[in-house]
Amino acid sequence: MGGARGWSPFNIVSVVVGFAFLYIPIVLLVVFSFNASRLVTVWTGFSTQWYAALLANQQLLDAAFVTLRIGLISASLATVLGTLAAMALTRYARFRGRLLFSGMIYAPLVMPEVITGLSLLLLFVAVGLDRGFWTVTLAHVTFTMCFVTVVVQSRLVSLDRSLEEAAQDLGCPPWKSFLVVTLPLIWPAVAAGWMLAFTLSLDDLVIASFTSGPSSTTLPMRIYSQVRLGVTPEINAISTILIGIVTFGVVVSAVLTKRGAVRRARDERLAAEG
Amino acid sequence: MSALGEARPQPAPTGRSLGSIRRSFAPWADPAEVPLIEFARVSKRFGSFAAVSELDLAIYRREFHALLGPSGCGKSTLLRMLAGFEEPTSGEVRLDGQTLNGIPPHKRPVNMMFQSYALFPHMSVEKNVEFGLKQDGMARSERADRVAEMLKLVKLEPFRSRKPAQLSGGQQQRVALARSLAKRPKVLLLDEPLGALDKKLREETQFELMDLQQSLGLTFLIVTHDQEEAMTMADRISVMREGRIAQVGTPETVYEAPASRYVAEFVGGVNILSGTVAERRGDRVRLTVPGGIIEADVPVGSRLQTGSPAVFAVRPEKLRIARHAPADPGVNAFRGEVWDIAYLGDMTLFNARLPGGEILKAATVNAARASAEPLGYEEEVWLTFAPDAGVVLPE
Amino acid sequence: MSADVAEPAGAPAARPAPEPAGPERIADSASFRRLVVGLPFVWLLLLFLVPFLLVLKISLSTLALGQPPYEPVFPLAEIASFGERLRELSFENYLFLTDDPLYLDSLISSLVTASVSTVLALLVAYPFALGLARAPERLRPMLLVLTILPFWTSFLIRVYAWMGILRNEGFLNQLLLWLGLIDQPLVILNTNTAVLIGIVYSYLPFMVLPIYASLERQDPRLLEAAADLGSPPARAFWQVTFPLSLPGVLAGCLLVFIPAVGEFVIPDLLGGSETLMIGKTLWNEFFINRDWPVASAVAVVLLVLLVGPLLLLQRARGSAGAGAL
Repeated sequence: MGGARGWSPFNIVSVVVGFAFLYIPIVLLVVFSFNASRLVTVWTGFSTQWYAALLANQQLLDAAFVTLRIGLISASLATVLGTLAAMALTRYARFRGRLLFSGMIYAPLVMPEVITGLSLLLLFVAVGLDRGFWTVTLAHVTFTMCFVTVVVQSRLVSLDRSLEEAAQDLGCPPWKSFLVVTLPLIWPAVAAGWMLAFTLSLDDLVIASFTSGPSSTTLPMRIYSQVRLGVTPEINAISTILIGIVTFGVVVSAVLTKRGAVRRARDERLAAEG
Repeated sequence: MSALGEARPQPAPTGRSLGSIRRSFAPWADPAEVPLIEFARVSKRFGSFAAVSELDLAIYRREFHALLGPSGCGKSTLLRMLAGFEEPTSGEVRLDGQTLNGIPPHKRPVNMMFQSYALFPHMSVEKNVEFGLKQDGMARSERADRVAEMLKLVKLEPFRSRKPAQLSGGQQQRVALARSLAKRPKVLLLDEPLGALDKKLREETQFELMDLQQSLGLTFLIVTHDQEEAMTMADRISVMREGRIAQVGTPETVYEAPASRYVAEFVGGVNILSGTVAERRGDRVRLTVPGGIIEADVPVGSRLQTGSPAVFAVRPEKLRIARHAPADPGVNAFRGEVWDIAYLGDMTLFNARLPGGEILKAATVNAARASAEPLGYEEEVWLTFAPDAGVVLPE
Repeated sequence: MSADVAEPAGAPAARPAPEPAGPERIADSASFRRLVVGLPFVWLLLLFLVPFLLVLKISLSTLALGQPPYEPVFPLAEIASFGERLRELSFENYLFLTDDPLYLDSLISSLVTASVSTVLALLVAYPFALGLARAPERLRPMLLVLTILPFWTSFLIRVYAWMGILRNEGFLNQLLLWLGLIDQPLVILNTNTAVLIGIVYSYLPFMVLPIYASLERQDPRLLEAAADLGSPPARAFWQVTFPLSLPGVLAGCLLVFIPAVGEFVIPDLLGGSETLMIGKTLWNEFFINRDWPVASAVAVVLLVLLVGPLLLLQRARGSAGAGAL
């Protein structure tokens, strides 16, 4: 009802300026990944040579592979733990240590990464765990599971609790009501949580730097060490690929959401017709 | 006031019988009858809040029992303790003589119809109804028969493969009903089952539920805050207040012989006149109130004595309103002035203002389409009533 | 109070009395509950809380003890000998922090940088969020996706993108020279200005989304009521819209401020030698000086600084749409 009535020229300009601010740097980055010249700020012609160069950069490809594996494993573990934690916070009003528990869920969301990274490193050293692929994975599970919890929790809060009660009333033990009723209904949020955990893991530089060993250099670490030396078109190219993947993922999920809305509208029509 | 409200059906205050209008079904009056559901000194606390306190209640096989009360009175908690979603803090809940304490919801032979219906949105109507049967490991063919039977019962066969979101509110309500009846529970619990329906559909559904309960021979326990709904459907009503039962009785008893001022005011419209007992003779008392003298009955066993403060509670439709003074204007008659008139179609409500400022409500049935000399505003009127029209209750 | 709650009331028990009542008795509910609560709880205790205690402990130990090669010790043994260790504790590292002005300067500079960038982000984000909230309803989901999209793309890449823009021969200088506004390229990259721009850019979605959530929730009829009662639109904004959006503003500010204080990547890539930020100091202490105890002490100080804002955020979370991220 509020609709377009309040969309003043000032509002429109604010939105346009805001999006320009958000997107111009990204667009420039993408455009100059196709530049023929080594100079990334002067356009000299279209070329895909930097993408070809990427394919030849074995170090970079190795790092990308490590990062992908860490991302897949840590996101999946984080999704399991994060979903359980969300259930704990929304479905069990009281348990011993609840305050500590919720504190430990919310703190990592905004905790400076240097602190998380340092503290986990000290843990791994203290228990004598060799730093490498698995330490990075454990670290990523820990800091991404909290994001999963927040995403899943917001869905669980809006889920009618009597659905689970109805399942139990009709004879399901709690674990079964979770599997056959709760999980099918919250899966979009669980999937979104997984996606978030996965991208955060792919993205992480600081925590990985603290917790990785020599054999487990991740892609952000590799990019970082090259970026420190200056701006190069290879970095633009790999950035473009990463941006492309993320954009694809977000667009697909937006389309799926939209399709869900269309289906709901159709259902409502059907219900009204009787 | 808190001393009132004993959880005991009150015998009728007069020689005439109350509560036998509907049908001759009164297991609660038979001492040999064993209750199906028993709450024995049940309390439930949430932190420092006592939702239910030391409550006793017995419900009998094939009874349609309503828990009636304002929100927060503990009626839903009581229902949820029977379903197993809450454990009593103390006391015992029994079903068929067996304790239910400590038995999780999925192992209790009762089923619940939820206020929000709680239909599984990702399952078709058929799958929803089948859900509970599946948990019991019933054979496929038997399940199919039972589902078909249930869908027929609630007249939803054509909608069997629809999803809940594709149904109207009334249809969803019937799916919820079919689902909770499919397992043939010993007791069906209904938590505000008609709250989401519009008035007309609600009234129709009330009668459908009653017919269903009768024909299936089941025990229904319904939670509602709507006194009309409770009176329409229930064999007996438990009026609840702050975690306790204020009165248990048939709708007629609760309405005509309320055990306390609270019950009188919660169920239906009522006029309350406060005064002092001037004289007591048997169950008949004389009460002096501002502006007049009332002669009326007290409930059997009432402890009111001469000099006790008391209230007289009388329903608006029990008052007669007329222009002319009665034969004996000294007793059970009040003079007043027409203050407000509300024409409701089937009846007309008059608010009459007494000289002291009190307002008395009187209702007259519009039996004829037009009245020769209708009462007008500010007209002087007399309000009169019979000695058995109302009850005298402790203040 | 709890005594009479737990007491098995004198219920007229016709059958053998049940075991003590309570949800714990319900066997499979309890085991499910134990799994749901226990698994993430134990994980976080071991990988979040214990590491913090280690940071605290090592910050209080001497360099020789903490520096690699570090003797691996199991935390259990640590706890057992905690009493003895307590006597060996030294606040040397903290004293060291107060001795060297580098630490105090980088702390203050971090707080100032984070505060200034929070204010700048608010100035950019508020009109933006307002524009989003007032947008036609059918456009809103798409605009929202567009707002969140940069947040999903790599942080490092987004910071890197600004290196190309802010360099002396970068896009910004090219544009300004072409427009004739300047005739000498401005030095922006490797200055504190670049750090501010980087923080505002990177954390903008964190500011926009809570504000948008609090604005979008507002009933448009409130403004109609204000107009009806004689308040012109500009005044109605300050009297109605803005005060009601304050929880979102608070949540947004905290979501930008807290991580900005400890930021490492932005000051490292966009800042210069004069840029002092506590996160970068910690990093250098750890990776370059390899002084773990001092790095831990820096971490503890940073955490203590953030406790207040973190608690505030915890409280704001309920009222504002901070969970939108």
